[in-house]
Amino acid sequence: MAYTLDAPKTENPVRNFQINFGPQHPAAHGVLRMVLELNGEVVERVDPHIGLLHRGTEKLIEAKTYLQAVPYFDRLDYCSPMNQEHAYCLAVERLAGIEVPIRGQLIRVLYSEIGRLMSHILNVTTFAMDVGALTPPLWGFDQREKMMMFYERASGSRMHAAYFRPGGVHQDLPQKLIEDIRDFCDPYLKTLDDLDALVTGNRIFKQRTVDIGTVTIEEALAWGFSGVMLRGSGAPWDLRRAQPYECYSELDFDIPVGVHGDCYDRYVCRMEEMRQSIKIMRQCCDRLLKEAGPVASTDRKVSPPKRGEMKRSMEALIHHFKLYTEGFHVPEGEVYAAVEAPKGEFGVYLVADGTNKPYRCKIRAPGFAHLQSMDFLCRGYMLADVSAVLGSLDIVFGEVDR
Amino acid sequence: MDETLNDLAAHVTGALPGAVVEHKIAFGELTLVTTPDQVLKLAAFLRDDPACLFTCIVDVCGADYPAREQRFEVVYHLLSVKQNLRVRVKLSTDGLITVPSVTGIWPGANWFEREAYDMYGILFANHPELRRLLTDYGFDGHPLRKDFPLTGFVEVRYDDEMKRVVYEPVRLAQEFRNFDFLSPWEGVEYVLPGDEKAASQPGAPAAPKAS
Repeated sequence: MAYTLDAPKTENPVRNFQINFGPQHPAAHGVLRMVLELNGEVVERVDPHIGLLHRGTEKLIEAKTYLQAVPYFDRLDYCSPMNQEHAYCLAVERLAGIEVPIRGQLIRVLYSEIGRLMSHILNVTTFAMDVGALTPPLWGFDQREKMMMFYERASGSRMHAAYFRPGGVHQDLPQKLIEDIRDFCDPYLKTLDDLDALVTGNRIFKQRTVDIGTVTIEEALAWGFSGVMLRGSGAPWDLRRAQPYECYSELDFDIPVGVHGDCYDRYVCRMEEMRQSIKIMRQCCDRLLKEAGPVASTDRKVSPPKRGEMKRSMEALIHHFKLYTEGFHVPEGEVYAAVEAPKGEFGVYLVADGTNKPYRCKIRAPGFAHLQSMDFLCRGYMLADVSAVLGSLDIVFGEVDR
Repeated sequence: MDETLNDLAAHVTGALPGAVVEHKIAFGELTLVTTPDQVLKLAAFLRDDPACLFTCIVDVCGADYPAREQRFEVVYHLLSVKQNLRVRVKLSTDGLITVPSVTGIWPGANWFEREAYDMYGILFANHPELRRLLTDYGFDGHPLRKDFPLTGFVEVRYDDEMKRVVYEPVRLAQEFRNFDFLSPWEGVEYVLPGDEKAASQPGAPAAPKAS
C-alpha cells in the first residue's frame, strides 16, 4: 500500500500526539523527562520535567560550615567541577574580605580554563553524537581523560576535586605538572583541528544545526541566557572581560561571538573558546613557572597552616584544629558572586549571619535558565530538532536539579 | 563603582517615589527593597528606563527568616548588559500574601518563581503555571523552609516483594547530630547545663535580648 501525504479524511479527526522524551534517553544528557506534544512531526509544546536528580544541595549547605560546603559544588556541573567551586570561593572571599595571592589566582584561572576545555570538549562531541556522528566523542574523550589526570595530579581526585578553597587553592602545583600542562596545549590544538575537519564543515551536521533553535539577543537576555547561549546570538558579553575577577584582566584572550544565534553558531563559539582557553592556559603556565609565592591567603584565621608547620608550632596546631572543626566565621552580609562557567554565568547568592555556616546559599545555575526556554526554542521545529537544540544548550543535570 | 550605584539608586528612588522603601550599598552591590504591590512597577521601570536597562533576569529566589513578622524574602538579581551593572531587588512576604509574578516582564523568571514556590511556598500571582518543579511528584511540604528538617519526612526504596517503589517515614539509625560551635564566651542565648540558677543570682549580667 502506498503512503500519501493527502489531507486526512474529516471522519477521522486528527489529534495531537504526546510523547515522553526520557527520563532515560541518550540524547537527554542525564535524567530529563520532557513531555512533547506533537502535531505530526512538528513540536507544538515542550514541558520539561526536572528534579529527578534533585539532592537538596542548598539545604545541605545550610547545615555545613563554609569549608565543608565546597565539595557540594563539584557535584553540580560535574563536567567542569572547579569552575563551580570558584564562584562559591569568590562569594565567601568577598564577604570575609580575603585577598588571594597572585599565584593562587593564576592556578585558579589555569584550572578554570582546564574545566572549560573539559566541559566544551564533552559538549561539542556529544552534540555531534546527538545529531548522528559517532567518532568525535571517541577523539574528545581521549583528551578529556588527560585533563582529568591534571585534576588528579593537583587535587588527588579526577572529578570531585575540592581544590579551590576560600582564600586560595589547597596545595601548590609541582613544577613537572605545570610543564606537562604547557606541553599538553599543542597536541590539544591538533585534536581541535581534527575535530574541525571532521565536524565543522560536515554537510549532515550543518543540515541538522544551521538555523535550528535561533535566538535574538533581546530574547536571550529576557530568558536569562548567559555564556555561549548569549554570545552565539552576537552579544559580546563575557564576565571574564565585562566584570573581571581574579587576574583575567591581566591576561590576553578574545571573546568569540556568533552571528545567527542558532545551534551551529553556538557550536562554533565553543570550538573557538577552547582555542582561547589554551591561549590563557599558556600565559598562566609561563607565569607560574617563573613566579613563586604562596598559593593561599596567609591569614591563618581562614586558611589552615601546612602540615610541616604544625609539627613545630603550637599556634599552627590550634589554627588547624579550629579551622577543621569549627571553621571560620563569616561576617554578616549578603553577596552575589558570579563566574563565567563553561555553560554560562554561574552565580552564588550567599547570605551570612555571622556564624560558621551559610544562612542561605542560592546556586544560580546557567543550565537551569537555558532549559526552561526549551518550549520557546523548540516550538514549531521538528521532533528531531529537539535533541539538536538540547545538545546545543549544554545541559548537565547536576546543576539544573541541584 | 559605588558612585555609579549611588547615582542609580538616587535615579530610581527619584523617579518612583514610594516604590523603593530602602536602598543600601554593601560589598559593591546595590540592594533595593520594595513591597509586593510595587514590584511590577519597579521591575518595568528597571527594564525600560534608558539609565537602567536591566534587560536580563539573572535569578529569582526565596529566603526564609522565621523570626520576622513576614518570614519570606523574594530576591531578584538583575543584570544590565548595556550599563554593565547588577542590582538586587528584595521584598518581604509571608505564606499568604501573593507576590505578582514578573514573568510578563522577563519570561525567564518562570522557573525561578516556580522553584521559589516549590522550596518555600511563596505564592506568585498571575504566574502561567505555578506548580512544583524540583521535588518529587506528589511531594508535601516546602523543603528549604528553616522549620523543615534536613533529613525530610519520607524516604523511598524499591520493594522487591511489591515490585514497586514504596514511600516510608524516615528512619534514622543514628540521631542527626547538630554541633553548636558558637563560643559560650561570645554571648550565646541559651542556658548552659548546670548553670540554670546563674541568671537569678545577684550580680548576674542582664539577659541578652532575643533577636
